[in-house]
Amino acid sequence: MTYDPDVKYQKSHEWARKDGTLFTIGISDYAQDSLGDVVFVELPEKGKVVQKGEAFGVVESVKAASDVYAPLSGTIVEVNSKLKEDPALVNREPFGAGWFVKIQASNPTEYEELLSATEYEAFVKGL
Amino acid sequence: MKRTVLYDTHLSLGAKMAPFAGWEMPIQYPAGPIEEHRLVRRSAGLFDTSHMGRFRVYGPGSTQLLDRLLTARLSDLSVGFSRYSLLLREDGGVLDDLFVYRLGEEEWFIVVNASNTEKDFAWFQQWAAKEGPVQLENLSFRFGMIAFQGPKALELLTQITTNEKGDRWTPPERFGWSWVWIANHSDLSTRVRCLVGRTGYTGEDGVEIFPPWDRTPLVWESILSSAQKLGIEAGPAGLAARDSLRFEPGFALYGHELSEDITPVEASLLWACDLEKPFVGREAVLRRKEKGPKEKLVTFVMEEQAVPRAGYAVTDEGGNTVGKVVTGLYAPTIDAFAGNAFVPTDLAISGKTLYIVVRGARKKARVVKRPLYKPAYRT
Repeated sequence: MTYDPDVKYQKSHEWARKDGTLFTIGISDYAQDSLGDVVFVELPEKGKVVQKGEAFGVVESVKAASDVYAPLSGTIVEVNSKLKEDPALVNREPFGAGWFVKIQASNPTEYEELLSATEYEAFVKGL
Repeated sequence: MKRTVLYDTHLSLGAKMAPFAGWEMPIQYPAGPIEEHRLVRRSAGLFDTSHMGRFRVYGPGSTQLLDRLLTARLSDLSVGFSRYSLLLREDGGVLDDLFVYRLGEEEWFIVVNASNTEKDFAWFQQWAAKEGPVQLENLSFRFGMIAFQGPKALELLTQITTNEKGDRWTPPERFGWSWVWIANHSDLSTRVRCLVGRTGYTGEDGVEIFPPWDRTPLVWESILSSAQKLGIEAGPAGLAARDSLRFEPGFALYGHELSEDITPVEASLLWACDLEKPFVGREAVLRRKEKGPKEKLVTFVMEEQAVPRAGYAVTDEGGNTVGKVVTGLYAPTIDAFAGNAFVPTDLAISGKTLYIVVRGARKKARVVKRPLYKPAYRT
């Protein structure tokens, strides 16, 4: 199980990677492993405004459909179009090519409230 | 929660276990259900199906009794062969679907769905008590059950098996069965006598193997280790792959395509009913057939990208709810989102448009001709 130390996490298993006030969002290695083979990812249109904690997409695995929650508030400025053709990218590269969306944060300090890799790993191990 | 004799084997292979019909079963192994599905279509996959129910029915009158209870005709089934059948209530509702193997003139082996084992056994018992000195045995914990399926399954199995005479085993034709000794490729002395039927639930050629319960792990390991030594690609496959593999060739799964609330007419399973002979439920089936069913089972493929799931509503063009999805999934071999649904007969025509309600949004689907995947052994 990988816990990328360069991103921060929330307990619903999404991660955020900071680049100024732009944040790349995806789901953790633990999340993709629990879901199993991902067959479809439903993502919002560019321009959608989301609140922290709001469901902005759905990831469908062979097993089930699961909501994906925004770790930060802001505007979705980019969606990963590659997931349409190859949803299994989420399984293969959860912290890389399997990212979901990019959010222009309206309140970047929300990032500080997220869990570090060490904190998230401890949380996962307690599940 | 019940566990099969292969439980520890699954854990050591890294399986994800989940409850299924009261059993803790492997849903998938580390390869994942899509790769497991492809492995079975491409080469060979091994399934633990020991959770299914296994009965022996024997003694004078057993053939007559089963011929009366099952929709399939048994009188013309030769010893050494097996047949698919339904088990119906008097009102035509489907109690179960099953495989029946003729072991002797008055000896039968029956394999039923895990979820229905107790119900079916009670049903047989009740009729046996009424109709004579028929003997019934529940062998579900006396024999295990493994399915070895795929185009390379027999190529491997014939290299590690001998028949009752000690000669190399020649597989029977489709739906035939025989007693077979299965050995480990590197250690021919540890061999296990199994009932092996050339049957399966994947649309590929292959076998279902019934070893004595305690010896089942030995057979499982013999197959996997022999495959490795012989350079034949094979691996374990879980229940998720089993579901997509049975869906593509159009095989029903009890609790989805079949239930006590529907008859063989709605489920398009009249081919499994011999209406020329008497059987429990026959009159109800004939009446339903005469009248015409209100609903029929159809297979659909999504035209708009979305994953259909069992339980989702089906609507017509106008948005009226007209039916329900009973199986919905990603079908790896045809690379599409697809499913089965019960819909009114006027919509049960290939080419018709249906809408599947996915999280409140209507997604376009098209009724298609069944099956989506033609079984490899059907030429």
